Amino acid sequence: MSGTAQIDPVPATTGATAAPVIEQRRPAAPTGGPWAWARLNLFGSWWSTAVTLGLGALIVLWGVRFVEWAFVHAVWSVPYNASGQPQTAACQEARGVGACWAIIADKYRLILFGRYPYEEQWRPAICIVLFIGLYVVSAIRRFWRRELFLIWLVTLAVIGVLMWGGVLGLTFVPQDSWGGLPITLILATFGLAFSFPLSILVALGRRSTKLPAVKLLCVLYVELIRGVPLISLLFMASVMFPLFMPDGVNIDKLLRAQIAFILFAAAYLAEVVRGGLQALPKGQYEAADALGLTYWQKTGKIVLPQALRLVIPPLVNTFIGFFKDTSLVLIIGIFDLLTSGKVALSEPVWQAFSTEIYVALAVIYFAFCFAMSKYSRGLERELGRATRR
Amino acid sequence: MSQAQTVERGERPFPPEAPAIVLDHVNKWYGTMHVLRDVSMTVAQKERVVVCGPSGSGKSTMIRCINRLETHQEGRIVVDGTELTDDLRALDTIRRDVGMVFQSFNLFPHLTILENCTLAPIWVRKMPKAEAEELGMSYLRRVRIPEQANKYPGQLSGGQQQRVAIARALCMKPKIMLFDEPTSALDPEMIKEVLDTMIELAESGMTMVCVTHEMGFARRVADRVVFMDRGEIVESGTPERMFEHPETDRLKGFLSQILRGH
Repeated sequence: MSGTAQIDPVPATTGATAAPVIEQRRPAAPTGGPWAWARLNLFGSWWSTAVTLGLGALIVLWGVRFVEWAFVHAVWSVPYNASGQPQTAACQEARGVGACWAIIADKYRLILFGRYPYEEQWRPAICIVLFIGLYVVSAIRRFWRRELFLIWLVTLAVIGVLMWGGVLGLTFVPQDSWGGLPITLILATFGLAFSFPLSILVALGRRSTKLPAVKLLCVLYVELIRGVPLISLLFMASVMFPLFMPDGVNIDKLLRAQIAFILFAAAYLAEVVRGGLQALPKGQYEAADALGLTYWQKTGKIVLPQALRLVIPPLVNTFIGFFKDTSLVLIIGIFDLLTSGKVALSEPVWQAFSTEIYVALAVIYFAFCFAMSKYSRGLERELGRATRR
Repeated sequence: MSQAQTVERGERPFPPEAPAIVLDHVNKWYGTMHVLRDVSMTVAQKERVVVCGPSGSGKSTMIRCINRLETHQEGRIVVDGTELTDDLRALDTIRRDVGMVFQSFNLFPHLTILENCTLAPIWVRKMPKAEAEELGMSYLRRVRIPEQANKYPGQLSGGQQQRVAIARALCMKPKIMLFDEPTSALDPEMIKEVLDTMIELAESGMTMVCVTHEMGFARRVADRVVFMDRGEIVESGTPERMFEHPETDRLKGFLSQILRGH
């Protein structure tokens, strides 16, 4: 292939009629295939070949051992004696060689629903489905309109009715009997649904030039909340807060944890949002001002749509972090997914099989977090498409 | 002091209405830097004024004071009979009636070309959407890019973007248009299309204040050229007088530099 005279020396002309001097042609097709790629990147030198072989061997070895542990030698179920006690001899025998998935089969309802009354566990099960349905509907851009807000209100109200009961012939279940995945989803959903709008207000307040008092308040809020660990806020919410309340006033513990969580998440998210506000060119603000838009029109129509799009990656990063941080409520004795997993382990016959429980919990957390991450990447692409050059 | 007395006139007969813009001994500082020094100027209705001067002379700052993107610290600015103060209602009125075109276009990249044009009429003028779209299309036709209406700003050339920015400002039916170096960020081959649009606008009788170095444009449409240097108005007059018989050495120096550049 001759390498000469292939560079277009004529600057592109705007006129459609001007014919280019040199006919346009396609770039050379990429050579080779996966094999050529591997030879170049994996076996380029003796050193690279050695590393490839060494790491390859480790991956194969561990992969095989994991498959053997998780599937080949795994114990999927155990027999029960006459009084309903699980007979875990098979699991004990397989320890270290095969996983004991029988514990999951035995305890999955405790893990998913905690101490919620056994016969009523269909209610939290529906709630989990409703939550996931809500996420899916909210994720579809076609549904991003005012009615979505209504859908949220209705769904959350239905979830409340199902969890508490006491109406429509449902038996009343007090909040301290709730547990498992619904608690995690409640904390995460309400937490992010309230903290995100709050964080936007705080970020806007912190950038305010005309209201110094508001600005000071927002700065203090962010710095104070960000300056303490979430755990200490949760402790304050669960232990100290009741001390300051008058006798007889008792706000339920989950709500207190929820508020602590919202305040904490909002402080972090506010800084992420502020980053987006700062990244927006000053000209955008000026153009909106010059057109006579009011502050809220400018913020809602020009500033936030652009600023939030810029910060989708760090926003989702924070969302994912807080989804997992809900598990910290374990410390103040709220029965979330992680707590119920630990409780499942408290039964003596199962105590030895914590790995299996934690693997199962990790899979659940991973499913939610990975879905968020995958979705955010899709969203970035979709929103970027409109403005791409 | 009445406004009529502060009017310094160009050659055209003075129309009886109140002046469009009055700047009366305006002073502004950035920190301790005195960027506008006793700037006084009156722009009559339908007058076209070109402001020129070396960079850093305060011409952009002055034009940005007229719709209060910058605040002045001393003196008075009266736009279309309304004085610029901290009163937000007055500011809203003024911004509604004063259109601005920026050097860097500042189109909203997340909105289509047509949405850029209809946003303010819909939200500020409370115009029904269909009517606003019709209006937007009519101005896009006027700047000769109606076929781009559903594209996004990033898909347009600089010259096209600046013409959209002009259409966007015109959609608010402003009484006054401010141009802050509208062609300085453009490639040479795109300057003409923007200037042509501006010339057409000038010929339609719009009150215009343009900060620009385009002397051909100034000669063709300006009623008056104002030369600024180091924060003050040094000299002003008709383009012919200013370019052919500059009085001050500062203007002479500036003109020779400009001409050498062209």
